[in-house]
Amino acid sequence: MHAPSASASAATTRLHIGSDADLAWVRHEVRQAAAGLGFSLVQQTKLVTAASELARNTLVHGGGGHVEMTHLEDGAGRGLRLAFTDEGPGIPDPELAMTDGYTSGGGLGLGLSGAKRLVQEFTLDSRPGRGTTVTITDWTTVLPAARTGGS
Amino acid sequence: MTGLPTSRPAPAPVPVLALGDVLLVTLRGELHDGAAEQLQDDLAHRIASGPAPLQGVVIDISGVEIVDSFLGRVLAEIAAAASLLATRTVLAGMRPAVAITLVELGLTLPGPVTALDVEAALSLLGRAPVSALPVPPEGGV
Repeated sequence: MHAPSASASAATTRLHIGSDADLAWVRHEVRQAAAGLGFSLVQQTKLVTAASELARNTLVHGGGGHVEMTHLEDGAGRGLRLAFTDEGPGIPDPELAMTDGYTSGGGLGLGLSGAKRLVQEFTLDSRPGRGTTVTITDWTTVLPAARTGGS
Repeated sequence: MTGLPTSRPAPAPVPVLALGDVLLVTLRGELHDGAAEQLQDDLAHRIASGPAPLQGVVIDISGVEIVDSFLGRVLAEIAAAASLLATRTVLAGMRPAVAITLVELGLTLPGPVTALDVEAALSLLGRAPVSALPVPPEGGV
Protein backbone atom coordinates (compact mmCIF):
# COMPACT_ATOMS: atom_id res chain seq x y z
CA MET A 1 0.00 0.00 0.00
CA HIS A 2 2.65 2.46 1.00
CA ALA A 3 6.27 2.73 0.12
CA PRO A 4 8.14 0.43 2.51
CA SER A 5 10.64 3.17 3.15
CA ALA A 6 7.92 5.36 4.61
CA SER A 7 8.13 5.21 8.34
CA ALA A 8 5.41 6.37 10.63
CA SER A 9 6.74 8.66 13.26
CA ALA A 10 5.33 8.61 16.75
CA ALA A 11 2.92 11.39 15.86
CA THR A 12 -0.37 9.55 15.45
CA THR A 13 -3.51 11.29 16.56
CA ARG A 14 -6.88 9.62 16.87
CA LEU A 15 -10.03 11.71 16.53
CA HIS A 16 -13.51 10.48 17.35
CA ILE A 17 -16.23 10.94 14.71
CA GLY A 18 -19.67 10.91 16.26
CA SER A 19 -21.46 14.14 15.32
CA ASP A 20 -21.40 16.94 12.78
CA ALA A 21 -19.42 19.03 15.25
CA ASP A 22 -16.77 16.29 15.06
CA LEU A 23 -16.69 16.69 11.27
CA ALA A 24 -15.81 20.35 11.73
CA TRP A 25 -13.16 19.34 14.25
CA VAL A 26 -11.63 16.77 11.89
CA ARG A 27 -11.46 19.38 9.10
CA HIS A 28 -9.78 21.80 11.49
CA GLU A 29 -7.19 19.29 12.70
CA VAL A 30 -6.37 18.03 9.19
CA ARG A 31 -5.97 21.62 8.01
CA GLN A 32 -3.56 22.36 10.88
CA ALA A 33 -1.51 19.24 10.21
CA ALA A 34 -1.35 19.82 6.44
CA ALA A 35 -0.36 23.44 6.90
CA GLY A 36 2.28 22.41 9.43
CA LEU A 37 3.79 19.97 6.93
CA GLY A 38 4.08 22.72 4.35
CA PHE A 39 1.41 21.55 1.90
CA SER A 40 0.41 24.17 -0.65
CA LEU A 41 -2.91 25.95 -0.14
CA VAL A 42 -4.57 24.03 -3.00
CA GLN A 43 -3.24 20.71 -1.69
CA GLN A 44 -4.44 21.58 1.83
CA THR A 45 -7.88 22.44 0.48
CA LYS A 46 -8.11 19.19 -1.50
CA LEU A 47 -6.97 17.09 1.45
CA VAL A 48 -9.34 18.77 3.92
CA THR A 49 -12.22 18.38 1.45
CA ALA A 50 -11.42 14.68 0.97
CA ALA A 51 -11.21 14.26 4.76
CA SER A 52 -14.59 15.94 5.14
CA GLU A 53 -16.19 13.57 2.60
CA LEU A 54 -14.70 10.49 4.28
CA ALA A 55 -15.46 11.61 7.83
CA ARG A 56 -19.06 12.20 6.79
CA ASN A 57 -19.20 8.68 5.32
CA THR A 58 -17.88 7.33 8.62
CA LEU A 59 -20.60 9.20 10.47
CA VAL A 60 -23.55 8.70 8.13
CA HIS A 61 -22.93 5.24 6.66
CA GLY A 62 -20.72 3.71 9.33
CA GLY A 63 -22.67 4.97 12.31
CA GLY A 64 -19.63 6.81 13.65
CA GLY A 65 -16.03 5.78 14.19
CA HIS A 66 -12.68 7.49 14.23
CA VAL A 67 -9.86 8.79 12.11
CA GLU A 68 -6.19 8.17 12.78
CA MET A 69 -3.88 10.88 11.56
CA THR A 70 -0.23 9.92 11.11
CA HIS A 71 2.75 12.02 10.08
CA LEU A 72 4.99 10.16 7.65
CA GLU A 73 8.55 10.69 6.58
CA ASP A 74 10.46 9.11 3.76
CA GLY A 75 13.69 10.15 2.14
CA ALA A 76 12.06 12.50 -0.34
CA GLY A 77 9.41 14.24 1.66
CA ARG A 78 6.87 14.34 4.39
CA GLY A 79 3.35 13.02 4.27
CA LEU A 80 0.10 12.80 6.13
CA ARG A 81 -1.90 9.60 6.32
CA LEU A 82 -5.54 9.59 7.40
CA ALA A 83 -7.31 6.32 8.15
CA PHE A 84 -11.09 6.53 8.61
CA THR A 85 -12.50 3.50 10.38
CA ASP A 86 -16.02 2.49 11.28
CA GLU A 87 -17.65 -0.75 12.40
CA GLY A 88 -20.76 -0.23 10.34
CA PRO A 89 -22.43 -2.49 7.79
CA GLY A 90 -19.53 -2.30 5.34
CA ILE A 91 -19.75 -1.78 1.60
CA PRO A 92 -21.14 -4.80 -0.25
CA ASP A 93 -19.87 -3.73 -3.67
CA PRO A 94 -16.83 -1.43 -3.36
CA GLU A 95 -16.51 -1.06 -7.12
CA LEU A 96 -20.06 0.21 -7.40
CA ALA A 97 -19.57 2.48 -4.38
CA MET A 98 -16.59 4.07 -6.11
CA THR A 99 -18.69 5.04 -9.14
CA ASP A 100 -19.47 8.73 -9.62
CA GLY A 101 -23.11 9.37 -8.95
CA TYR A 102 -23.77 6.13 -7.07
CA THR A 103 -25.29 6.79 -3.69
CA SER A 104 -26.74 4.59 -0.99
CA GLY A 105 -27.98 7.60 0.93
CA GLY A 106 -29.40 10.92 -0.11
CA GLY A 107 -26.13 12.45 -1.22
CA LEU A 108 -24.70 13.28 -4.60
CA GLY A 109 -22.65 10.09 -4.82
CA LEU A 110 -19.39 12.00 -5.03
CA GLY A 111 -18.00 11.21 -1.59
CA LEU A 112 -15.76 8.20 -2.24
CA SER A 113 -14.96 8.74 -5.90
CA GLY A 114 -14.45 12.47 -5.39
CA ALA A 115 -12.22 11.97 -2.35
CA LYS A 116 -10.08 9.54 -4.34
CA ARG A 117 -9.50 12.15 -7.05
CA LEU A 118 -8.43 14.75 -4.47
CA VAL A 119 -5.54 12.82 -2.93
CA GLN A 120 -2.40 11.00 -4.06
CA GLU A 121 -3.01 7.59 -2.44
CA PHE A 122 -6.34 5.98 -1.64
CA THR A 123 -7.22 2.52 -0.35
CA LEU A 124 -10.61 1.12 0.57
CA ASP A 125 -10.91 -1.91 2.81
CA SER A 126 -14.43 -3.01 3.62
CA ARG A 127 -15.93 -6.22 4.93
CA PRO A 128 -19.69 -6.60 4.87
CA GLY A 129 -20.94 -6.73 8.42
CA ARG A 130 -17.56 -5.83 9.90
CA GLY A 131 -16.92 -2.25 8.90
CA THR A 132 -14.90 -0.08 6.58
CA THR A 133 -11.49 1.57 6.62
CA VAL A 134 -10.58 4.16 4.02
CA THR A 135 -6.97 5.33 4.06
CA ILE A 136 -5.69 8.36 2.18
CA THR A 137 -2.16 9.74 2.03
CA ASP A 138 -0.74 12.93 0.62
CA TRP A 139 2.91 13.90 0.36
CA THR A 140 4.52 17.29 0.22
CA THR A 141 5.15 18.06 -3.40
CA VAL A 142 8.75 17.28 -4.17
CA LEU A 143 10.00 19.87 -6.57
CA PRO A 144 12.85 19.05 -8.91
CA ALA A 145 16.14 20.30 -7.54
CA ALA A 146 16.93 23.82 -8.63
CA ARG A 147 19.14 23.84 -11.68
CA THR A 148 22.64 24.81 -10.80
CA GLY A 149 25.25 26.24 -13.09
CA GLY A 150 27.42 23.10 -12.96
CA SER A 151 24.89 20.59 -14.24
CA MET B 1 -17.69 29.84 27.01
CA THR B 2 -15.93 28.61 30.13
CA GLY B 3 -15.52 24.88 30.32
CA LEU B 4 -15.65 24.42 26.54
CA PRO B 5 -12.58 23.97 24.40
CA THR B 6 -12.14 27.34 22.72
CA SER B 7 -11.31 25.84 19.32
CA ARG B 8 -14.63 23.97 19.17
CA PRO B 9 -17.29 26.65 19.02
CA ALA B 10 -20.94 25.76 19.20
CA PRO B 11 -22.79 26.06 15.90
CA ALA B 12 -24.56 29.38 15.55
CA PRO B 13 -27.29 30.14 13.05
CA VAL B 14 -26.09 32.04 9.99
CA PRO B 15 -27.52 35.59 9.95
CA VAL B 16 -29.47 36.73 6.89
CA LEU B 17 -29.25 40.48 6.30
CA ALA B 18 -31.73 42.45 4.21
CA LEU B 19 -30.06 45.11 2.02
CA GLY B 20 -33.12 46.73 0.54
CA ASP B 21 -34.48 44.19 -1.91
CA VAL B 22 -31.49 41.85 -1.67
CA LEU B 23 -30.80 39.26 1.03
CA LEU B 24 -27.14 38.95 1.97
CA VAL B 25 -25.73 35.88 3.67
CA THR B 26 -22.09 35.79 4.72
CA LEU B 27 -20.62 32.37 5.42
CA ARG B 28 -17.30 32.15 7.20
CA GLY B 29 -15.00 29.56 8.65
CA GLU B 30 -16.41 26.26 9.79
CA LEU B 31 -20.04 25.72 8.95
CA HIS B 32 -21.69 22.81 10.70
CA ASP B 33 -24.03 20.62 8.67
CA GLY B 34 -26.95 21.55 10.88
CA ALA B 35 -26.35 25.28 10.45
CA ALA B 36 -26.19 24.87 6.65
CA GLU B 37 -29.52 23.04 6.60
CA GLN B 38 -31.03 25.63 8.91
CA LEU B 39 -29.89 28.37 6.53
CA GLN B 40 -31.54 26.58 3.61
CA ASP B 41 -34.80 26.60 5.54
CA ASP B 42 -34.49 30.21 6.76
CA LEU B 43 -33.72 31.56 3.30
CA ALA B 44 -36.66 29.86 1.58
CA HIS B 45 -39.02 31.27 4.20
CA ARG B 46 -37.47 34.74 4.09
CA ILE B 47 -37.81 34.81 0.30
CA ALA B 48 -41.42 33.64 0.31
CA SER B 49 -42.63 35.79 3.17
CA GLY B 50 -40.74 39.01 2.44
CA PRO B 51 -42.85 42.18 2.40
CA ALA B 52 -41.73 43.09 -1.11
CA PRO B 53 -40.47 41.03 -4.04
CA LEU B 54 -36.75 40.41 -3.77
CA GLN B 55 -34.19 41.24 -6.39
CA GLY B 56 -32.10 38.28 -5.31
CA VAL B 57 -29.98 36.49 -2.73
CA VAL B 58 -26.23 36.98 -2.44
CA ILE B 59 -24.24 34.32 -0.61
CA ASP B 60 -20.75 35.54 0.24
CA ILE B 61 -18.43 32.54 0.58
CA SER B 62 -15.15 34.46 0.52
CA GLY B 63 -14.56 33.39 4.13
CA VAL B 64 -15.18 29.69 3.43
CA GLU B 65 -12.05 27.55 3.30
CA ILE B 66 -13.60 24.37 1.96
CA VAL B 67 -16.80 23.38 0.18
CA ASP B 68 -17.40 19.64 0.26
CA SER B 69 -20.19 17.78 -1.54
CA PHE B 70 -22.56 18.33 1.39
CA LEU B 71 -22.16 22.12 1.47
CA GLY B 72 -22.09 22.17 -2.34
CA ARG B 73 -25.42 20.38 -2.41
CA VAL B 74 -26.91 22.79 0.15
CA LEU B 75 -25.77 25.80 -1.92
CA ALA B 76 -27.19 24.26 -5.11
CA GLU B 77 -30.48 23.50 -3.38
CA ILE B 78 -30.73 27.02 -1.96
CA ALA B 79 -30.35 28.40 -5.49
CA ALA B 80 -32.87 25.91 -6.88
CA ALA B 81 -35.48 26.71 -4.24
CA ALA B 82 -34.92 30.47 -4.64
CA SER B 83 -35.37 30.08 -8.39
CA LEU B 84 -38.71 28.34 -7.85
CA LEU B 85 -39.63 31.29 -5.64
CA ALA B 86 -38.82 33.73 -8.45
CA THR B 87 -35.54 34.88 -6.91
CA ARG B 88 -32.01 34.77 -8.28
CA THR B 89 -29.04 33.58 -6.22
CA VAL B 90 -25.50 34.81 -6.71
CA LEU B 91 -22.59 32.96 -5.10
CA ALA B 92 -19.90 35.53 -4.42
CA GLY B 93 -16.21 35.38 -3.66
CA MET B 94 -15.30 31.72 -3.98
CA ARG B 95 -11.63 31.18 -3.22
CA PRO B 96 -9.51 29.88 -6.10
CA ALA B 97 -8.40 26.78 -4.14
CA VAL B 98 -12.06 25.97 -3.43
CA ALA B 99 -12.97 26.31 -7.12
CA ILE B 100 -10.10 24.01 -8.17
CA THR B 101 -11.11 21.45 -5.55
CA LEU B 102 -14.81 21.51 -6.47
CA VAL B 103 -14.07 20.82 -10.13
CA GLU B 104 -11.86 17.86 -9.21
CA LEU B 105 -14.50 16.61 -6.81
CA GLY B 106 -16.94 16.63 -9.72
CA LEU B 107 -19.18 19.40 -8.45
CA THR B 108 -19.42 22.37 -10.78
CA LEU B 109 -22.54 23.97 -9.29
CA PRO B 110 -24.34 24.84 -12.53
CA GLY B 111 -27.28 26.32 -10.62
CA PRO B 112 -26.21 29.53 -8.93
CA VAL B 113 -24.74 32.45 -10.86
CA THR B 114 -21.32 33.43 -9.50
CA ALA B 115 -19.52 36.72 -8.97
CA LEU B 116 -16.00 37.45 -7.81
CA ASP B 117 -17.13 39.57 -4.88
CA VAL B 118 -20.23 40.96 -3.18
CA GLU B 119 -20.11 44.25 -5.04
CA ALA B 120 -20.07 42.47 -8.41
CA ALA B 121 -22.90 40.25 -7.19
CA LEU B 122 -25.01 43.27 -6.27
CA SER B 123 -24.51 44.91 -9.62
CA LEU B 124 -25.38 41.62 -11.33
CA LEU B 125 -28.70 41.86 -9.52
CA GLY B 126 -29.17 45.37 -10.86
CA ARG B 127 -28.42 47.04 -7.59
CA ALA B 128 -26.07 49.99 -7.21
CA PRO B 129 -22.99 48.93 -5.29
CA VAL B 130 -23.24 49.73 -1.63
CA SER B 131 -20.39 51.99 -0.68
CA ALA B 132 -20.22 51.14 2.98
CA LEU B 133 -20.53 47.43 3.67
CA PRO B 134 -21.40 45.95 6.03
CA VAL B 135 -24.55 47.83 6.88
CA PRO B 136 -26.39 47.32 10.17
CA PRO B 137 -28.70 44.30 10.10
CA GLU B 138 -32.29 45.17 9.33
CA GLY B 139 -33.86 42.64 11.60
CA GLY B 140 -32.28 39.22 11.52
CA VAL B 141 -35.44 37.28 12.30
